[in-house]
Amino acid sequence: MLSFIRKRAFASLISLIGLLVMVFFLSRLTGDPASLFLPVEASAEMKAEFRALHGLDQPLLVQFGQYVGNVVTGDLGESLRKARPALDVVLEAFVWTLWLAVITMTLVTVCAIVVGSLAAFRTGGFFDRFSSMVSLIGASVPDFWLAIVAIVVFAIQLSWLPTSGTGTLSHWILPICVLFVRPFGIIVQVVRGSMISALSSAYVKTARAKGVKSGPIIFIHALRNAMLPVITVIGDQAASLLNGAVIIETIFGFPGVGKLMIDSILQRDFNVVLAAILVTAFAIFLMNLVIDLAYALLDPRIRY
Amino acid sequence: MADHLLEVRNLSVDFHTVTGTVHAVRNISYYLDRGETLAILGESGSGKSVSSSAIMNLIDMPPGKITSGEILLEGKDLLKMSAEARREVNGRRIAMIFQDPLSHLNPVYTVGWQVREALKTHGISTTQAQAEALRLFKRVALPDPERALDKYPHEFSGGQRQRVMIAMALALKPDLLIADEPTTALDVTVQAEVLALLKELQRETGMGVLIITHDLGVVSEVADRVVVMEKGQLVESGTVRDVYRNPQHPYTKKLIAAAPGKGEMHEPEAQGEPILSVKNARKSYGGFDALKGVSFDLKQGETVAVVGESGSGKSTLARILLRLEEPDGGTAHWKGKDLFTMSPGDLFKLRRDLQMVFQDPTQSLNPRMTVYQLISEAWVIHPEILPKAKWRERAAELLGQVGLSPEHMGRYPHQFSGGQRQRIAIARALALEPKLIVCDEAVSALDVSVQAQVITLLDKLRKEMGIAFIFIAHDLPLVRDFADYVMVMQKGEVVEFGTVAQVFDNPQKPYTQALLAASLDPDPDVQAANRNARLATAS
Repeated sequence: MLSFIRKRAFASLISLIGLLVMVFFLSRLTGDPASLFLPVEASAEMKAEFRALHGLDQPLLVQFGQYVGNVVTGDLGESLRKARPALDVVLEAFVWTLWLAVITMTLVTVCAIVVGSLAAFRTGGFFDRFSSMVSLIGASVPDFWLAIVAIVVFAIQLSWLPTSGTGTLSHWILPICVLFVRPFGIIVQVVRGSMISALSSAYVKTARAKGVKSGPIIFIHALRNAMLPVITVIGDQAASLLNGAVIIETIFGFPGVGKLMIDSILQRDFNVVLAAILVTAFAIFLMNLVIDLAYALLDPRIRY
Repeated sequence: MADHLLEVRNLSVDFHTVTGTVHAVRNISYYLDRGETLAILGESGSGKSVSSSAIMNLIDMPPGKITSGEILLEGKDLLKMSAEARREVNGRRIAMIFQDPLSHLNPVYTVGWQVREALKTHGISTTQAQAEALRLFKRVALPDPERALDKYPHEFSGGQRQRVMIAMALALKPDLLIADEPTTALDVTVQAEVLALLKELQRETGMGVLIITHDLGVVSEVADRVVVMEKGQLVESGTVRDVYRNPQHPYTKKLIAAAPGKGEMHEPEAQGEPILSVKNARKSYGGFDALKGVSFDLKQGETVAVVGESGSGKSTLARILLRLEEPDGGTAHWKGKDLFTMSPGDLFKLRRDLQMVFQDPTQSLNPRMTVYQLISEAWVIHPEILPKAKWRERAAELLGQVGLSPEHMGRYPHQFSGGQRQRIAIARALALEPKLIVCDEAVSALDVSVQAQVITLLDKLRKEMGIAFIFIAHDLPLVRDFADYVMVMQKGEVVEFGTVAQVFDNPQKPYTQALLAASLDPDPDVQAANRNARLATAS
């Protein structure tokens, strides 16, 4: 078990390094921060001074070496824009994103499992057809469009909810609802398919021959077996939320890591971009580890 | 007249599918009393399992539909009861065990949990259920019952899993036990143990047992009466002895005639040098020695049967001989060259000579290739055998040889029955004009009557074409009819080797004797004598 975690950590470290290299050099291709941060009329000397101050005048490889050295000691550099440690800026935003992702995915998981299981129990029935239609729409509707429609209807016309920003609980409702739709649609389909095969399995037949009631047959016998493919998809969907739902966060002015990344890229705030990528990559690594452990927990045949 | 424990009257069940309505069973009637064992005998597709599914309310409706009849449990019609009342009957009054206990036990819960669930579902408290589960595990003789309760299904052997199923089924002392092919997936010695356990438990509890099987041997071992089913209809019923001695319906006659193990035994007549000479073949997986040094010779046109129970290494032997897996030691000389150390290029040429027919033709035939493509693929790989212009003609000829017709060439495997599919697999092997065919349980998945046809076909090929066979099987009567030599294997070693007559009539080693004793004879009188002899030696 511990050796499994070590192996996974090592493998993730390699991909993390690859990611770091790629993002570091690609972001340097996007332009010169000096011309962006300084006023347009700034002189060449001022720009050179700015570059020297932030080490941007060094050859790229030297910059990269310095950066890696700093990362190893836990220093991810300063944010050019905010003049604060980049890691602090990122973690602040990441907490917002994390909450958004956790709340959304919890709701999605519970709802999708219940709806998908019930649809699978009576395949071809009214509920099955209705939920299939709803989930198909959910999985395919563009979220930016949905976000704008939701703002128009619920914030502007009905004035029930705020259009954007944070502050009160009601600010959370629209972003969560909009983010809910797509993963819900996808996961319902996966749960349904997986449950149909679990419910037609031989052990369910045995349970019926024992006289077990329908409820326990669905939610105890079949569901635990059906969960393996489902948690893979849940992990996948959660990962895309953890990366920061860039568009949704931007539309709703939500101060999460997705919005932070976009802002930082636009302003060439390299240290923040890199820190944000490192933090989310680390979070996704942790989540995948949890998923692997959940496999073993759900299925006694899987041992690491 | 007192009510029977179970009576099925004029039951008909239809299944509505996309291709039309299938009359799975038509107007069948039978009864069963307490303490009695009734066997439903039939081949695949005969509808033998349908009536028991109807009894247990396991038929999905739709697509299934019970179109007529009654199922009376002590005079009360189950079909008129509410779903909830039937759920109460299941497990408490009627219990069921199935063919493949691995897939019929939930893989993610401990077996103790599953047995307790059966008890708790019918209102027994958790503590009582725990104690009762332990008592049941002791009763079905599971090793180390306390710890067994906390294990998962995959941690048991096949026989032990069936014991778990039996313990679970008997938890609430049902009046009726339905056993659907309960020993089909088990080794013969394990089968004998499980059937003996069922008998014993029946004597203790006085329950009625309804056993569904395709195996005449099982019928003669456990049943009092038998009903024979064919294509959804009940064609014959009576006591086991009457039906066996004096079958009335042609189908029953055919079934009894097809049972293997009664023909003349072969006397090996092949002369000359062996074409294959295996010395000290070894293979291990990790630390597990699957083959611990196996040696034998094979002459042209000769058949060596390899028999043994699961884990004996018989399939491993087949796989290393064909180099589907790499051997760890030993030699296997094929016409003077060592198969085990041969270069890939030489091996490729040799593939022509050595062919294999696998157990399950559904899996070994690519479902997306037509019969013609399946057969001619061999010539695509080895173009020196036949010019392309002659492929169709030769494929038609091969199909004729295995008893299929040339019109079948354009069809896909799923359009054939199991027996026909195995013929296609044989035709494919023959396309390369092999000198040796390795059959790994090649007829085990087939019905008895189809089995007999395929064996006759193989025998014809041996005589006409001089093909040698390595025939891997667990079914001893079949081996007796087909092989020249028998090699008995146990735990990776050869226990006994001899001609069929030597091994079957005069087995030397205790393991061979046990294997033969456990093998079931379709004749109820022979089987009763065997059983008594076995009990006598046991006590």
